[in-house]
Amino acid sequence: MTRIALIFLGAFAAIAMSFTALALLPRMQLSTIEPTPGTTDYTYDEQLGREVYLREGCIYCHSQQVRPEGFGADIRRGWGGRGSRPGDYVFDETHQLGTMRTGPDLHDIASRQPSRDWHLAHLYQPRSVSPGSVMPAYPYLFEVKKKSNVMASEVTVPLSPEYAPPGDSVVVATEEALALYDYLMTLELEPLNDGGAQDAAN
Amino acid sequence: MPDDASPGVPPDVADANADVDWRRVVDASTRWPVIAFVVSATAWLVIGSLLALIASFKFQFPDWWTHQAWLTFGRVRPAHLNTMIYGWISMAGVGVSAWLWARLLKTRLQGRWMLLLSAALWNLGVLVGTIGILAGYSRAIEWVEMPYVAFAFIVPAMLLVVASFIQTLWQRHARHLYISVWYLGAAILWGPLLVIAILLPIYSGIPEATANWWYAHNILGLWITPPGLAAAYYFIPKVIGRPVHSYHLSYLGFWTLALFYNWAGVHHLVGGPVPQWVATVSIVFSAMMIIPVIVVAVNHHLTVVGHFEKLKYSPTLRFVVFGAMSYTAVSLQGSLQSFRYWQEVTHFTHYTIAHSHLGVYAFATMIAFGAIYYIMPRVTEWEWGSKRLVSLHFWTTGLGIGAYFTALTIGGVIQGFQMLNPDVAFLDIVDDTKPWLIVRSVSGTLMTIGHLVFAYLLVQIVLKRGERPEGPTYFHPVPEGTFAHVGGDGSRSVRTPSADQDG
Ligand code: HEC
Repeated sequence: MTRIALIFLGAFAAIAMSFTALALLPRMQLSTIEPTPGTTDYTYDEQLGREVYLREGCIYCHSQQVRPEGFGADIRRGWGGRGSRPGDYVFDETHQLGTMRTGPDLHDIASRQPSRDWHLAHLYQPRSVSPGSVMPAYPYLFEVKKKSNVMASEVTVPLSPEYAPPGDSVVVATEEALALYDYLMTLELEPLNDGGAQDAAN
Repeated sequence: MPDDASPGVPPDVADANADVDWRRVVDASTRWPVIAFVVSATAWLVIGSLLALIASFKFQFPDWWTHQAWLTFGRVRPAHLNTMIYGWISMAGVGVSAWLWARLLKTRLQGRWMLLLSAALWNLGVLVGTIGILAGYSRAIEWVEMPYVAFAFIVPAMLLVVASFIQTLWQRHARHLYISVWYLGAAILWGPLLVIAILLPIYSGIPEATANWWYAHNILGLWITPPGLAAAYYFIPKVIGRPVHSYHLSYLGFWTLALFYNWAGVHHLVGGPVPQWVATVSIVFSAMMIIPVIVVAVNHHLTVVGHFEKLKYSPTLRFVVFGAMSYTAVSLQGSLQSFRYWQEVTHFTHYTIAHSHLGVYAFATMIAFGAIYYIMPRVTEWEWGSKRLVSLHFWTTGLGIGAYFTALTIGGVIQGFQMLNPDVAFLDIVDDTKPWLIVRSVSGTLMTIGHLVFAYLLVQIVLKRGERPEGPTYFHPVPEGTFAHVGGDGSRSVRTPSADQDG
């Protein structure tokens, strides 16, 4: 019996310690952290877009963490002007740091690609703007409609003839596609003027 | 007590020539729980393989099945991971563990109805979870994508397993607790604790990320790995017919694993926006994992040494030794990966995917196959239908995972170095990964064929189809005396048909 108790207690103690250190301590340490400048809570549309991002599993190909200079070439690749900070994520209920870069990091996508037309075309058919891309197309976030049925409030997606629907049909973005775009536009790392001190320290 | 006098011997080997019958009684007591878990697991294995193939072929044909939201890469890929982790390897692990647990404690499995109920709940949970992910209800937290409701089935299912195991432990006849019992006992404590801890609704932002990787890595190390090691510790000495080389080493291996492993996971966030000390701690412990790994490797190697010829005959030994060697490889690789420089190159690339498959597949899955080849004839009192098909299963999966690992490792390292060089355009990197991803699809197809063969063999043996084959299933005719250490008079294989030897 004592041997069994020893195994169970030892096993329990081991996991309890690491849980406290790796799951609870960071939570306490970061609980008072301030959002970085430019980081605000999500609006309704942005949150809706974020849910599309979660649901469609963009995380399996895109990270949202720019590594600071000195660790990887993220900044030299133009993926951000600075490394990401914990304060960039305070409003993220479900973190999307990611572990895979089949596609580029997106934590600062809004700075490098603000064009709505580009993003909508890219989501409808990535290969229409990035030849050779392996990113999935998301046609179900769009509707194909007769030009005459398009309402003034709707957003049509400009596409090259090769990818445009035939005849007098056009591609129109759904509410979800527009919301996803809105969410992507929240992904922006504003420069901080602390000389990168925290990049090294965090 | 003969048990305590020779602690390196699985207790039911220690008295190999004593009563055979208790083994039949104990094996029979595990019959329906083992069949329920192993058959369910294998169904998930097949489903998970098909999901994997869809995900993989999407890299060759990115415009294939894009109108069906539920088949988009970003849903199929987590569905694959979850069916494999919570469906296949968890359920196979429980099935194998239940059998080992009863055998090693020399006790009829207690609370069998709890295990049957558990299997039913478990299947429901994984089913609901997989459909949930495909239908767009993923939680988008890696390794915990299944919606909460799935865990409302899985957590009680796990607790039922715990209850049955504790009850069996309580009534055990074995005095000595063999090292496999340690691993299994610890795992059934760790598994539910891990899952409950990660379901707590207390995380967000960066702390959620550290908790996430604490969890994901530990599910691998503390829930999937221990049954694999327990099986290796049981089957290698058992089939070879000699005790574990050093029992002291096996204690050392256990405690170092228990103490070090659970700190290592956050190395997935090295270089990321986490407090520096978190990354440092996990690097240190990842490096220290070298100790338990070397200990286990040396111990198993010295057990097998001089008996390699037996790999030629015994399916169980072949799969299990393949798995044990992969454990050494994957763990050393894991320690290496935690070093900052190598992490800088390989993080975010296909190299990581290769690494995780070396762990979950080449190690855990291959050991599970080996264990199942041994266990099923004993619980069904029937034999495997075809040694040719067993052999086909071994070669398709063995070569498949070999090619898979090699291709993604090389492709991933190239990808990593290219990403470190800002002069290489991103689309060129994407282009250069394509050939390696083709190899992945081909090797994945090979492995899937192996899984279908295995599933077929399993259905055959459970339904007791065909002629009842004569003796145990070996790949080749076995020279006289190779496995004579058990069932010395030969009568045992008549009374209890078996894949390798004795009852
Ligand atoms: C199968 C992997 C994969 C998935 C899943 C994926 N992407 Fe991509 N993504 C890529 C690749 C590869 C590129 C680079 C080539 C290109 O521009 O298409 C890319 C590029 C991008 C870019 C442009 C980045 C830049 O620097 O110009 C954006 C924005 C983007 N993806 C958004 C998304 C969103 C949003 C989702 C989820 C709805 C998503 N991606 C899902 C692979 C993927």
